[in-house]
Amino acid sequence: MTPTIAVLLIITFVLSTVGLLLLIWSIANNQFSHGQAAARTIFSPGEEGHSEDPARPSDLPFTGDNSEQAAAIEARWAADQSSRTAILTWLSSSVFWLLLGSFFGLASSIKMHFPEFLAASEFLTFGRVRPVHLNAVTYGWASMAGIGVALFLIPRLFKTSLAGGKYAVLGGFIWNIGLVLGLSAITLGLSDGEEWLEFPWQVDLLFVVGGALCAIPLLLTAANRQVEHLYVTSWYLMAALVWFPILFLIANLPFAFPGASGATVNWWFAHNVLGLWVTPIGIGIAYYMIPKILGRPIISYQLSLIGFWSLALFYSQVGIHHLIGGPIPTWLVTLSIVHSVMMSIPVITVAINHHGTMMGNFGRLKDSPTLRFVWIGALMYTVSSLQGSMEALRSINVITHFTHYTVAHAHLGMYAFLSFILFGAVYFIMPRLTNWEWPWRRLISLHFWLVSAGILIYVVSLTVAGWKQGVALLNAAMPFLDIVKMTLPALQARTLGGALMTLGHLVFAFHFIAMLMRHGAATEQPTLFRPAIKETTQ
Amino acid sequence: MKRALAIMVGAALILLLATLTLVVMPYLQMSAEQVPPDLKPYTEQQQRGRQVYIANGCVYCHSQQPRDPSFAPGDKARGWGRPSVPGDYAYDKPHLLGTMRTGPDLFNIGARQPSIDWQLMHLYNPRAIIKGSIMPSYPFLFRHVEEPAEGDKVVNIPPPYGPESGKIVATDDALALAEYMLALDHTYPAPTLPKRQPKSDQPKE
Repeated sequence: MTPTIAVLLIITFVLSTVGLLLLIWSIANNQFSHGQAAARTIFSPGEEGHSEDPARPSDLPFTGDNSEQAAAIEARWAADQSSRTAILTWLSSSVFWLLLGSFFGLASSIKMHFPEFLAASEFLTFGRVRPVHLNAVTYGWASMAGIGVALFLIPRLFKTSLAGGKYAVLGGFIWNIGLVLGLSAITLGLSDGEEWLEFPWQVDLLFVVGGALCAIPLLLTAANRQVEHLYVTSWYLMAALVWFPILFLIANLPFAFPGASGATVNWWFAHNVLGLWVTPIGIGIAYYMIPKILGRPIISYQLSLIGFWSLALFYSQVGIHHLIGGPIPTWLVTLSIVHSVMMSIPVITVAINHHGTMMGNFGRLKDSPTLRFVWIGALMYTVSSLQGSMEALRSINVITHFTHYTVAHAHLGMYAFLSFILFGAVYFIMPRLTNWEWPWRRLISLHFWLVSAGILIYVVSLTVAGWKQGVALLNAAMPFLDIVKMTLPALQARTLGGALMTLGHLVFAFHFIAMLMRHGAATEQPTLFRPAIKETTQ
Repeated sequence: MKRALAIMVGAALILLLATLTLVVMPYLQMSAEQVPPDLKPYTEQQQRGRQVYIANGCVYCHSQQPRDPSFAPGDKARGWGRPSVPGDYAYDKPHLLGTMRTGPDLFNIGARQPSIDWQLMHLYNPRAIIKGSIMPSYPFLFRHVEEPAEGDKVVNIPPPYGPESGKIVATDDALALAEYMLALDHTYPAPTLPKRQPKSDQPKE
């Protein structure tokens, strides 16, 4: 080991230790110890024990036992209405990008086992359709839906109206323009060339501006807040909105990082988009939705804050596990592997809270669409994160790297975790904004089963085939083309799974539009997966 | 507001720490890395071919980073070459290391398939050469002419993959991409590749 590397290593360890000490210091000094009082801030006075859910059983919604409580519920309704235009801008756009991204994903999948499909046009060649899919679903669907849900949660968490909502609307328009330009650029062959960073850097500026405009209402609303405690969801949302612009700006600095160091920046960014942008949004939403629907606070508030800071400390340094075995310094890879394994700490704390809160309430999954989507999403967060920690180990990574296994893992995270939580949140939010119930409960059910079957087929087939592919690649005795042929059935199964998911998205989008156009009847009874227990009609 | 600000500042500081360790330090270390003397900068045409490679997303199926045989024995045994070192990528802007091996690693494709005719034919239709390949064909990088003009690069496609009449000629983009493929030849020795330590770990100096 050369002295330089030793010094570098020592610096990283010192810095990490300082971070850890700060964490311990803040716990010791009661920075975190609001205990369960803070966990209860999501409830209106007197609301605890009552479920808030579009899919509540046939008893009447909680409206307060006295005038004070009723006023609080009324204020929350006003807070929901205050953010309507801003939320609908972001959510409607996200549904559009979800559909577009799904079709491009499906086309990429078909091309993998039917290479002549749409191959004549340079604009629809595999190498352009695939990044259009990734960017449309990441920056279009997941990011826009995530910001939309955040705009809904922020006024609720701070118990005040959304201030400066018009900045978020403007930001939404700019973000959409960025997507149109960026995806067109990829289609025209003007990609910047690095995965997750394909948009030309000139276009990326629009995302930085659009995202920054969303930070304005966040800050204004935080300044007006009427609650003493900041609930853990707002920690995640605030941090995510701080992290994303920094990440995006540094990673897109033009001409700054050549060659192998460019690869480290590339994967530092790409994994942080997952870890520090969409993950905190997804976890944050689950931290709100699960206790809100169950009407009981999360089981350990302290644990949730430890989970937050350890996520920040560890997740931010895992990116280089994408380059294990690559042409970069070993200390760097080792650092990322260590942090990847350490990620099991925040994952387990979050799991204890999410699933522990669910204990004894699993029956609610039968009737509540939001709870079913969100809890399955939370469960898949636990699964995909622990899988990710394993995948970072050298002995596993040597097999799974460069294979379809990684693709399955990515979809387990971005889809089964994040998108499921976003679906659930949209089912929760829309009735609150439009004062209208979802028109057809069967469509929610259909959506759920289509996307669940789809992602199951997708993940299982590619995980198995990817593992076999990885094992075979290590042994040169098996010719490369035989490996390709071995994976073909899984690639075809992926098209089936992807088609089911796309179909599910069409159902979802149709229902979303019907909701916006106020189809169906205004009902007193909330939309359930199953009809609510029949009221006695003697 | 104070607490909200504290969370945001804390979050930003943690990210800056990660930036320091994963962006700044690797950059400092790797940009000081020696460039192998046998590595040639790309010509203008190869650089253009590299842009064609980027525009058509070859990176989504092909890596350019063989791993150490003691770690992943398949890479070298398949003829993909010695493990790569940071210096090998000194002229790569942006990097094209890749994360997928739906197709083979291309770090040394120029050494494995040094014929430009092979490269062009394979780009026009991979199945004309390799039955069962799932690589897309790139007909839009070629022109179909009845009579090739002076200076046109004719690509002879075996039936039934070629046109019934006339000839297939390569566009400038196809030629540039093929030249870039041929430039992917890193068979020279890497001076910075760490020497394998002898089993009995001798004190270093």
